[in-house]
Amino acid sequence: MKRELLDRLLEARAAKRPLALITDLATGRQALFCDNKLSGDLGLGDDRVGSLRQAIAADRSGVLDGDDGLFVQVVNPPLRMVVVGAVHIAQTLVPMATLAGYEVIVVDPRRAWATAERFPGVTLTTEWPDGALAGLGLDRRCAVVTLTHDPKLDDPALAVALGSETFYIGALGSKRTHGRRLERLRSQGFTKAELARIHGPVGLALGAKSPAEIAVSILAQITQVLHQAPAPRSAEAAG
Amino acid sequence: MSSSKPPTEDDVLAQAAKWQDQGRQVALATVVATWGSSPRPVGSQLVVDQRNNMLGSVSGGCIEGAVVHEARQVMESGQPRLLEFGVSDEQAWEVGLACGGTVKVFVERLE
Repeated sequence: MKRELLDRLLEARAAKRPLALITDLATGRQALFCDNKLSGDLGLGDDRVGSLRQAIAADRSGVLDGDDGLFVQVVNPPLRMVVVGAVHIAQTLVPMATLAGYEVIVVDPRRAWATAERFPGVTLTTEWPDGALAGLGLDRRCAVVTLTHDPKLDDPALAVALGSETFYIGALGSKRTHGRRLERLRSQGFTKAELARIHGPVGLALGAKSPAEIAVSILAQITQVLHQAPAPRSAEAAG
Repeated sequence: MSSSKPPTEDDVLAQAAKWQDQGRQVALATVVATWGSSPRPVGSQLVVDQRNNMLGSVSGGCIEGAVVHEARQVMESGQPRLLEFGVSDEQAWEVGLACGGTVKVFVERLE
């Protein structure tokens, strides 16, 4: 791989642009496909470019068009996890999600909770959840988890998430709390089918007790949903 | 982002650039195909330098030693190689995948 191509790849990745690196496995010649442009020392026909777009959309690396001489490495921007509620469980969930490769955004208008000291190195926003989530451009490569227990904060976030294509929505709270939450959202006009997208009580039933254990159950459920669902489309394809 | 992150594919490529900036010879190994059960999916990468420092993985630790060995030669010759490991391969008796899968690994030098 030529250093110049690697630098271009790293730059595009840092700018969160979906891209693909194509390698001729016999010669090592390579091309970078990004922003609908090919660069590098490997030429490709227009028909191949369509296949590249499909590979990026499916977030799937592999041989191109069954031609085992050409390999495509897809590099999509990371999956995102929006955590509403800068609470104790969030403090354990955020580092775990970061380890699993998510770009995490924590939303909590309560400034005492959403502090950089409690959440070092994480994107924090103290906007009201509906405005914050609307501004994030939620897509199929996003998961949303509400953890505040407070309908004033959780409900608006859930309403925005339900109006988007996020691959996962989860809401913390007991069965009773969740039942009341569903009633409130139903009275806002959401259908039963729409509300079925919300995982509540959130997380796999592991018998989790501590904040860290609950975080494990949430991340485990998100992982399960991610891999059971069709591959989330890239931002480029969804847009 | 934060330095406490584990090696993801992202870090492997960034590390390759960093090591080269430090004047090291660097090779990249990429899983380009898998059959049967294999521990790491297509697209998984390993970066290695001439002192056998490595980051990332192309298996669960079963074939990394052999890949690093090949990578040293790729670093010297500059010729990329396509390696295959698996139970159907004679190599499997020495360095194979215990899980019974087959993987193809492309090894290239960072120029």
